Amino acid sequence: MLAKRIIPCLDVKDGKTVKGVNFVNFRDAGDPVALGKKYSDEGADELVYLDITASHEGRRTFVDLVTRVAENIKIPFTVGGGIGCVEDVERLLDAGADKVSVNSSALRNPHLIDDIASRFGSQVCVLAIDARFTDGDWRCYVNGGRVPTERHLLEWAKEGVMRGAGEILFTSMDHDGVKTGFACDVLSRLSDELSVPVIASGGAGACSHFYDVFTRGKADAALAAGIFHFNEIGIAGLKQYLYDRNINVRL
Amino acid sequence: MGVAIIKYNAGNNFSVLCSLRRLGVEATVTDDADKIRRAEKVIFPGVGEASSAMSYLRATGLDQLIKSLQQPVLGICIGQQLLCRHSMEGDTECLGVFDAEVRRFPDFEGMKIPHMGWNTVSSMSPNGVITPETDNSFVYYVHSYYVPVCDLTTAVTDYIVPFSAAMRKDNFYSTQFHPEKSGDTGEAIIKTFLEL
Repeated sequence: MLAKRIIPCLDVKDGKTVKGVNFVNFRDAGDPVALGKKYSDEGADELVYLDITASHEGRRTFVDLVTRVAENIKIPFTVGGGIGCVEDVERLLDAGADKVSVNSSALRNPHLIDDIASRFGSQVCVLAIDARFTDGDWRCYVNGGRVPTERHLLEWAKEGVMRGAGEILFTSMDHDGVKTGFACDVLSRLSDELSVPVIASGGAGACSHFYDVFTRGKADAALAAGIFHFNEIGIAGLKQYLYDRNINVRL
Repeated sequence: MGVAIIKYNAGNNFSVLCSLRRLGVEATVTDDADKIRRAEKVIFPGVGEASSAMSYLRATGLDQLIKSLQQPVLGICIGQQLLCRHSMEGDTECLGVFDAEVRRFPDFEGMKIPHMGWNTVSSMSPNGVITPETDNSFVYYVHSYYVPVCDLTTAVTDYIVPFSAAMRKDNFYSTQFHPEKSGDTGEAIIKTFLEL
């Protein structure tokens, strides 16, 4: 049976891992390759590396980092941040990434999803969506969650899948960094209405939150950052907790 | 001599190369017919779409070369699918080493396509690359098309339908999953192939 996936996410700035609380106030969380390898050894199912550097040199450093990750880590990993065109995707895949995630650039230019999917296949294209519950609906945000758009979560996710996204990575900005659990209600709606896997992000603070997101939230995978980086929850212990409660995980 | 990884337009060659390096094996990523023919082992990797991959293989003559190889060959993911006779993906005539048809997963309520993530592999025959050590372990999959279970199937995984997780005919071995991304289990499977 297909296992539920646990995915640590590493935000990388100038070659180091950082994690924000509600997308601001970064704290250093160490070397991205060493940290990724540690997670892989502890049983992480995949890794996500997000480049939050804005500078040109930072981007080049990130491509080098992708190569080092591919050399050292034997599980799949997704990279994202600042991907604006097919050439960016090609560079990252050539460097050894398995998938790319697109977010703001896809909201501004939805054709990017079609281009990536037709050139490299849907399995490569993860559509990341940051949304906040505003005026009775989930509204999508761009630029690391700073700028609201007119798009709504469900209709944008459906359009993304229609255009060729192979997975949806949904971050609830209301829940991110707050550690009170994932946005299970809307996640379960997403999972019911989409034909592709859904990765839940934002809100993990305890093992029970992962249990909830895989049962009530119907998520295929759950992503978290800070709680892993600061050793608040260990991945091996988390997976054992889930296994003991009849969630199918890879031990 | 050594291991050749076939270079074409649907490969995740670098990942395969890295996984071999972690095992201390130096391999060559190449589309040179002589180098491929002379290699002790050949890996035919793949991530991509069947029809464009086959067009590329035909245009470069790699299609005839692959079929004629005598040493152990390991097809991975789309590499397994391209070794079959025909794929529903883009209605593509493939290499025809395996007399099998590649199908798309049928829609089934609540089941996501692509089949993406870690699933268990069960050995059906001792003749493939799954050993007792790796039998019933989790391996990593990403695919929307599959090869139905047939007499060439050496291991099975169940997702919507039971399908060929690994196959073999003569010197041609294959896996639908990605051993190069399947952690310690995947590493052991690659090692089994290299030690054939």
